[in-house]
Amino acid sequence: MIRRLIPLFALLLLAGLAPVLLPTFHVTLLNYIGLYSLVALGLVLLTGIGGMTSFGQAAFVGIGAYASAVLTTQYGLSPWLGLLAGLAITLVVATSLGLLTLRLAGHYLPIGTLAWGLALFYLFGNLPGLGGFGGLQNLPNISLFGWQVRDPADFSLLIGLLLAISLWLLDNLLHSRQGRAIRTLKDSAGMAEAMGIDTARSRLQVFIIAALLAALSGWLYAHLQRVVNPTPFSVVMGIEYLFMIVLGGVASLWGALLGAALLTLIKQVLQDVLPQLFGHADNVEMIFFGVLVILVLQYARGGLLPLLSGLFPRAQPHPLPEHPAHALPRRTMPANGQPLMVAEGLLKQFGGLVANKDMGLTVNGAEITALIGPNGAGKSTLFNLLSGVLAPNAGQIVFLGQRIDGLSPRAIARLGVSRTFQHVRLLPDMSVLENVALGAHARGKAGLLRSMLHLEREEEAALLAEARRQIERVGLGAALHTPAGSLPLGQQRIVEIARALCSDPLLLLLDEPAAGLRHGEKQALAHLLEQLRSEGLGVLLVEHDMEFVMGLADQIVVMEFGQRLAGGTPLQIQQNPAVLAAYLGGVE
Amino acid sequence: MDISILAFLAQDGLTTGAIYALVALALVLVFSVTRTILVCQGDFVTYSALTLATLQLGLMPGTLWLLLGCSLAACTLDSIAALRRGQSRRVPGLLARYLGLPTVLWVVLDTFELAGLPAVLQILLTLALVTPLGPLLYRLVYQRVAETSVLLLLIVSVAVHITLVGISLLMFGAEGVRTDALAEAVFMLGELPVGLQSLLVIASALLLIGLLYAFFGHSLYGKALRATALNRKGAQLVGIPTQLAGKAAFGLAALIGAISGVLIGPLTTLYYDSGFLISLKGFVAAIFGGLASYPIAAASAFFVGVLESFANFGASAYKEVIVFTLVIPVLLWLSLKHPHLEEQH
Amino acid sequence: MSRLLDVRNLTISHGKVEAVRQLNLSLEEGQIVSLIGPNGAGKTTLMAALIGLLPAQGQVSYAGQPLLAHHDVAQRIDKGMALVPESRELFGLMSVEDNLRLGAFSRHRRGFRDHQKTLDEVFGLFPRMYERRSQPACTLSGGERQMLAIGRALMAKPRLLMLDEPSLGLAPRVIGEIFTIFETLRQSGVSILLVEQNARAALKISDYGYVLEVGEIVLEGSAQALANNPQVAEIYLGRPPTRAAMEVTSATGT
Repeated sequence: MIRRLIPLFALLLLAGLAPVLLPTFHVTLLNYIGLYSLVALGLVLLTGIGGMTSFGQAAFVGIGAYASAVLTTQYGLSPWLGLLAGLAITLVVATSLGLLTLRLAGHYLPIGTLAWGLALFYLFGNLPGLGGFGGLQNLPNISLFGWQVRDPADFSLLIGLLLAISLWLLDNLLHSRQGRAIRTLKDSAGMAEAMGIDTARSRLQVFIIAALLAALSGWLYAHLQRVVNPTPFSVVMGIEYLFMIVLGGVASLWGALLGAALLTLIKQVLQDVLPQLFGHADNVEMIFFGVLVILVLQYARGGLLPLLSGLFPRAQPHPLPEHPAHALPRRTMPANGQPLMVAEGLLKQFGGLVANKDMGLTVNGAEITALIGPNGAGKSTLFNLLSGVLAPNAGQIVFLGQRIDGLSPRAIARLGVSRTFQHVRLLPDMSVLENVALGAHARGKAGLLRSMLHLEREEEAALLAEARRQIERVGLGAALHTPAGSLPLGQQRIVEIARALCSDPLLLLLDEPAAGLRHGEKQALAHLLEQLRSEGLGVLLVEHDMEFVMGLADQIVVMEFGQRLAGGTPLQIQQNPAVLAAYLGGVE
Repeated sequence: MDISILAFLAQDGLTTGAIYALVALALVLVFSVTRTILVCQGDFVTYSALTLATLQLGLMPGTLWLLLGCSLAACTLDSIAALRRGQSRRVPGLLARYLGLPTVLWVVLDTFELAGLPAVLQILLTLALVTPLGPLLYRLVYQRVAETSVLLLLIVSVAVHITLVGISLLMFGAEGVRTDALAEAVFMLGELPVGLQSLLVIASALLLIGLLYAFFGHSLYGKALRATALNRKGAQLVGIPTQLAGKAAFGLAALIGAISGVLIGPLTTLYYDSGFLISLKGFVAAIFGGLASYPIAAASAFFVGVLESFANFGASAYKEVIVFTLVIPVLLWLSLKHPHLEEQH
Repeated sequence: MSRLLDVRNLTISHGKVEAVRQLNLSLEEGQIVSLIGPNGAGKTTLMAALIGLLPAQGQVSYAGQPLLAHHDVAQRIDKGMALVPESRELFGLMSVEDNLRLGAFSRHRRGFRDHQKTLDEVFGLFPRMYERRSQPACTLSGGERQMLAIGRALMAKPRLLMLDEPSLGLAPRVIGEIFTIFETLRQSGVSILLVEQNARAALKISDYGYVLEVGEIVLEGSAQALANNPQVAEIYLGRPPTRAAMEVTSATGT
C-alpha cells in the first residue's frame, strides 16, 4: 500500500516544488498537462481498460466548464457550486448518453460518441445564454477557505492535489473486486457474465467516472482561463485526448500522464521549432502527430509506457491483505447422487437449421457425466443452452427444482452452476490469484465508492483468501502471483477450473477441458476432477478426447445429428454398435 | 417561401447530396473490403479541388511532391522486403511501377504551361495526381495493421486525416478556392433557373454510381472485390490476394474522391480543412445504410444534402445537432440487427 | 508416378499449443490420400498450413519445389493447390455462378480466359449447380453448398485438391454422392488429399491413409489395410477402460 503511494507523493512534491523551481511559463505548461491528464485518466479507464472507445470526452469537459461559467458569471454563485452543478449535469447527461450508446455493438460505439460529441459541441456554440462562439468571460477565481487560487503556482497545487487524489481513487478501484470486473469488459464480457458480473452496469459506471473526471478538468480549466468558449471542447480535442493515451500507454493510469505530457510538450517544441524550419508553423505539428500516432499504432500498439516500463524492474506483487480473512458463506451441497440438472425435450433451431432436437440429459451430484459425439452433432449448442448463452425454442432445463431455460448466464451462475470455456478466457496480464478471484465476484458486495475509497478491505481479504484456497486446492499454489498468460495451457485450464470453483458451485460445466493438453497435464486434470467428484460436486464435460473420457466418466451421453444417440457407462458406450457407426462413419 | 426558392434549395441540396452520395459509396466500399472507416475520404475531395485550382492558376501543385514522396517510401519498403527474401530481381519492376507515373507527371507539369492547358487535360492531371494516393496510403499505413480491430483502424484513419490536413495546409495555404466552372450556362426550366454545372454534377454522380454497379456486378475484378468484402477467407482461398483487394478499394475510393472534387470545385469554396465535414456528412449517410448497403447510403446522402440546404436557409444553427443526433437511433437500430459484432482477435 | 506433395517434420504451433508435431506424409500424383482421426487431432490446422493460411516449421515440397514461408495463399493457388475448407467459406450473397466464376480468379489473373469451358465441365459434374446457378449461395442446402465449394475449387483446375471434412453435416446418402465424384476427379488427373472424421467413407475411396491423433501420425498404410485394422476403432473411441478404473467406479457406488 505504501509502495503504491510513493509515486503519488512524488507527484504532489512536483506540484509543490515546480512553481518554486521553474519559470511561470513552464508551471503553466505543467498545469495544462495536469488538466489533460485528468481527462486522459478517465479515457484510460474507459477505452484502454474498459474497451469502449470514446471520441466525445471533450464534450464532458465542456459541460464542466460551461456549468461553472454560467453559474458564476450570470448568477454570481461560488465556483464550488459551479463544480457541483457541472458534476451533477455531467452525471445526468452521461447516464442518459451511456444508456443509449453503450449498448451499441463493436465499432458502432465510437461512431455514436462522435455523433453526440459533435452534437454537444454545436449546442455549446448555439444555446442561448452560453455566449455563442465568443463564449463567456470574467470568471471568478476559485477560493478555498480564503486562499484565492489565482496564479499558476496556486493552480499547480490544486491541480496536483486533485490529480493525485484521482489517481489514488482509480488505482484503488482497479485493485478491487469492481476493478477486476472492469478489466473483463474489453475482451471477456461473455466470461464475466458467466461469473455473475453485470457487465452492462459496469460499463455504465466506467463511462460515468470518465465523464466526471472530464467535467472536473473542465471546471479547473474554466477558472484557470477565466474565459470559456466552445473551441476547446470540439471533437478535434476529443481526438487529441485519444492520441494522448495511445501514445502514453493505452491501458495504464500513469500512461495517461505520460501521454498528456508528451503531447503537450511536443506541441510546444514544434511551435517553437517549426516556424524556423518552414514559413508557416500552424498545423504542421499535426502532420508530425499524425505520423507519430500511425507509427505507434503500427509498431507499439500498447503505447509507449509499456515499452519504457520494460526498462524498469518489475513491481513486486501486492502482498495479500493482513486482515484475518473470514470465510465466505457456502452453499449447502444437496444429498449425494441427487439429480442436479435435468434437461428434457430441448429444441434449438437457427433459421432452418435444427441444431438440437428432443435432446435431454441428467447430471447428478458426485458424478462425472461426459457429452460426446462426432463433429457437428450439436454438443456446443446443447452446452450453450445449459449454460444460458442460448435459449431453447422448446423444452425445459431444471436445476435443483428450478427452471433455468431462458435465464441469462449471470442468473444461472448465481444459482450454483459454473463453467469453463473451450478457448481459455483468462486475463493474461492479471495474476492467477486475481483471475481466480473473478469467480467469487458474486459472493462479494462492495460497490464502486467503497472500492475507490479503499474501504472494502475486509471483504477483499475474504475474497482473495477464498481464491487462494481454490488455487491451492487445484495444486497451483506456487503460481499465485504469476501472470496467468505465462502459464502453459494445461495449467491455464486448471486455473479456469479454480475460478469456476471460486463461485462455490454445485455443478461444473466444462467445455473441452482436455483440448490441447499433453499427457501429464491430462492426468493431473483427471485427478482433480475425480477429487471434486468425491467432494460431492456434479460435473458435466463436453469432450472429444476419448481416452480421457472413457477413463474418467461415470456416465456418457452420445449425440448425433442434434439428437441423443445413446447413454450409459463407458464400457456400454464403447460396445454400442450405433455409437461405433456414428464415429467411424459410413456411406450408403 | 416561393417555388423558385424551393427549387433553388432543392437543386443546391441535390447537388451537394450527389457529392455526399459519392463519399458515402466510397466509405461503404472501403469499409466492406478492409473494415476501415476512411475518415480521410473528404480529404481526397479537397485535395482534388485544390490541385485543380492550383493548376488553373498555372502553378505546380504540391500534390506532386506528396505523390512522389509516398511513392518513394512505398517503393523503398517493398524493395527492402524483396531483398530480404532474396528476390532482388523484382526491384527494377518495383521502381517502374511506383515511380513511373509520378515521374511522367513531373515531366508533364514541368514542361507545359499549366494555366493554358485545356480543361479536360487539367482534370486528367488532377485525377492522375490524387488517385494513386489511395493505394499508396494503403501500402504505407494500413497494410501493416490490416488484421487489427475496426476500432484501431478507425483511430489510424483519424491520424491519417489529421496528417493529410496538415500537409494540405502546407501545400495549399489557408485560402479557400473555387475552380473554374466546367459549364457556366444557366437555363430556365419554366420559371426556375437550373445551373448546368449542378446538372453536370448530379448526372456525373449518377453515371459514376452506374459504372461502379456495372463494375461490381459484371467484371471479375469487381466481383473479386465484392467477394473480399463478403468473406475474406473465402477470397484468399480462390486466390484473391488480400493486399490487392485493399489497394483496389483504396484506389477506387481515391478516384471517386478525386472526381467528386473536380465536380464540386466550381460550386463551393473549399479550404484545406473542408474534408472533415464532407467526410462526416457522407459518413452519416453511409451509417444510415449500415455501412453495408449502397442504395440506402446513396439515398440517405441525397436526403442529408437536401436537409442541409433547407436548414441552412432556415438559418437553423441546430441543423448540425439534428443531423448528428439522428445518427444515434440509427446506430441503435443497426446494433439490434447485428448484436454480435465480435471483433476477430 | 511422381511425388506431388512431400511433408517432412512439419510442426505447427497455435500460440502455446503444438497442434501438429513432426508430421511426415506424402502424396503421389494421381493418388487419393486420406487423413483420418478423431476431432481435435490437428487435421484442419494441417490443411490451413499447407495452403499457406498458417505459418509452420518443417519442410514442405510441392511438385519437387520447396514451399517457403513467403509463398502466400495466392501463390500456392497459382501453383495448382486448392483447399475446400471445413467451413466452406462461400460468398453467401453472391449467386452460385458468381461463386464458381470467382474460383477461376487466379487463372484469370495469369491470363487464361477459358472459364466458360471449365464452368460447363463443373456444371456437368454437379448438374444441380446448373439448376441453381442464379440463386444466392446462402439459399443452398448443406450438401449443395459442399458441391458448390468443391466446384469453385475445381474452377482453378487444381493439380492437388485438398478437402477438409467434406462429409461434415451431410446426410449419408449425400456423402456417397460426393465421394463418388472424387473418383471421377482422380480419373481426370486431379490428386486428392482428404481430411476426414468419417473414416469408413474416406478409406473406401482412398489409396492410402494416415491416422492422426493429437497432432501426430499414429498409424498409416494402404486404405484397405487401415479399413480392416481394429486399432482405428480404438483410436476413435478410446481403449477399453482398464480394470483399475472400473474398480474405482464401482467403489464410489455409481
